[in-house]
Amino acid sequence: MAKKSKKAVEEKPYRKPIIKKRKPNRSIWGDFFLYLFLVLVAMVMVFPIVYAISSALKPLDELFKFPPRIFAQHPTLDNFSDLFVTMGKSWVTFSRYLFNTVFITFVGTAGHLIIASMGAFVLAKYDFPGNETFFKVVTVAMMFTGYVTQIPNYLLLNKLGWIDSYWSIIIPAFASPMGLFLMKQFMEGLPTSLIEAAKIDGATEWRVFSQIVMPNVKPAWMTLIIFSVQGLWNNKASTYIYSEEKKTLVYALQQIQSGGIARTGQGAAVLVVVMIVPIIIFVFSESQILETMASSGLKD
Amino acid sequence: MSEYVRKYFILKKHNLQVAWKKAKVRKMCYLFLAPYAILFAMFYIYPVVASIYYSFTYYNILEPPRFIGLQNYISLILQDDIFLVGVKNTLMIAIITGPLGYILSFLFAWLINELPRMVRSVAVVVFYAPSIAGNCYVIFSVFFRGDAYGYVNAALINMGIIDSPILWLINPAYMLPICMVVILWMSLGTGFLSFVAGLQCVDKSQFEAGYMDGIKNRWQELWYITLPNMKPMLMFGAVMSITQAFGVCDVTMALCGYPSTDYAARTIVTHLFDYGFSRFEMGYACAIATILFLMMILCNKAIQSLLRRVGT
Repeated sequence: MAKKSKKAVEEKPYRKPIIKKRKPNRSIWGDFFLYLFLVLVAMVMVFPIVYAISSALKPLDELFKFPPRIFAQHPTLDNFSDLFVTMGKSWVTFSRYLFNTVFITFVGTAGHLIIASMGAFVLAKYDFPGNETFFKVVTVAMMFTGYVTQIPNYLLLNKLGWIDSYWSIIIPAFASPMGLFLMKQFMEGLPTSLIEAAKIDGATEWRVFSQIVMPNVKPAWMTLIIFSVQGLWNNKASTYIYSEEKKTLVYALQQIQSGGIARTGQGAAVLVVVMIVPIIIFVFSESQILETMASSGLKD
Repeated sequence: MSEYVRKYFILKKHNLQVAWKKAKVRKMCYLFLAPYAILFAMFYIYPVVASIYYSFTYYNILEPPRFIGLQNYISLILQDDIFLVGVKNTLMIAIITGPLGYILSFLFAWLINELPRMVRSVAVVVFYAPSIAGNCYVIFSVFFRGDAYGYVNAALINMGIIDSPILWLINPAYMLPICMVVILWMSLGTGFLSFVAGLQCVDKSQFEAGYMDGIKNRWQELWYITLPNMKPMLMFGAVMSITQAFGVCDVTMALCGYPSTDYAARTIVTHLFDYGFSRFEMGYACAIATILFLMMILCNKAIQSLLRRVGT
């Protein structure tokens, strides 16, 4: 008995571990394998995008090399300049397509931001009959895709005479339920005392909204903007708009893309042009978007 | 009984009066909400109602809709074999890519959560980029090209596994699996962002408390602390991924063609396009839309009641 207890007391010399555990509940090997897995998956995820960019930089002969290579050996920007030449030769000029897309994206996003924030403000901060019911209906609307409503939407827009005009894309974009939902959830985090203080100082509701609430929810603006821009920028609108001079850039670019083997290089350039805009906006607004998404939870 | 009913109506009347008074005081609120509410009713509520109405009619745009009862649904389910193929494909895609994409979004969000700040923001871009990259998924048709220039074929031929190239996107046996891979690649979307953001806000002191109470490894920490804290985000992510999983059409149309060989890559939405915008049988297309709508809503409700039990 005595021997045993003596052994337990015996001290080992303290050695500093070479690799320290980061946190109490994390094993080193677990960390190692999980992050190795993460890196592998990240490479798989990023590969198609890298490939798209590199094939846009390949000259035409390299695109059809066998065996195919991932990176261009002699990178050129020929595909992009060819793309602009092709666009320049089309009946409607490139700048017109660009204007269409920018106009639709800009007006649609701005209107959505204002209208959705106004709705979200009263839903989040005031208690009035119908408040919760309305919000519930909006959350249900997030549960089905736009395809469900496409046919009646077309008939409605037709009746309103908006088919083949920019409004057929812009006005429905105003009512996107996602924007209202995110804005409302974010505004709920705003202290009510701020609004009350402004009220005591004699501000009207409109003034509270435009000068107190809106400046305080700037991160949510960015989020609404990026979701709206993503939707509108990638909107081909081929069902609503048929006259050539009103078509969007993405639609025109995809027409070039479907031009067959000879346009493979330009097609790759198109992919890059279409994809780069939303990604760049996201990169620059990432931290604000994440701040908003933190309040995106769906409570019941 | 009559006493009870009378009291019930008195209570209802009183409640209504209170609500009316409240509404009068809060007139401003309705003004603020009006622009959004009108547009929302026009482009989201009215279409759903109209879609249900048209689904009971024969409507080809030229003639006024003619009421034909349940005929559309009957022929959809009993006669339209292609629709059933579409339902089967949609369900296959939804059942496989929906939950898998959802779990992957959470898993990756959770793993990158502990990285240093700069690395984390790069990782978020890397994982999120595929879902916002426009029609970048078209690049997969280059990988899976049917001739020897396609990457997958070239690699397999070089390794000596096959001698002649496989027509990946034309052979019905390979279409759906390839589409699923592409959809999975794109599945880290809005829900993923919500998870990343939500994980940042979990109260750190709870982890310390958990450690004191004897939580031993990261998996226990995940199940007992992180998941219950993330419940609202999990709900939101589920809504997003279900909506995405049932609405699959762009990817299958771009990769396998429209219509695809033997309709092997037809989904409910492509069937809807076919009848709505190619054949102009609006009544029939609306019946398809209504079925899709009901499937999505029911699935969402079911998943939500399931998620309520997480971590309890």
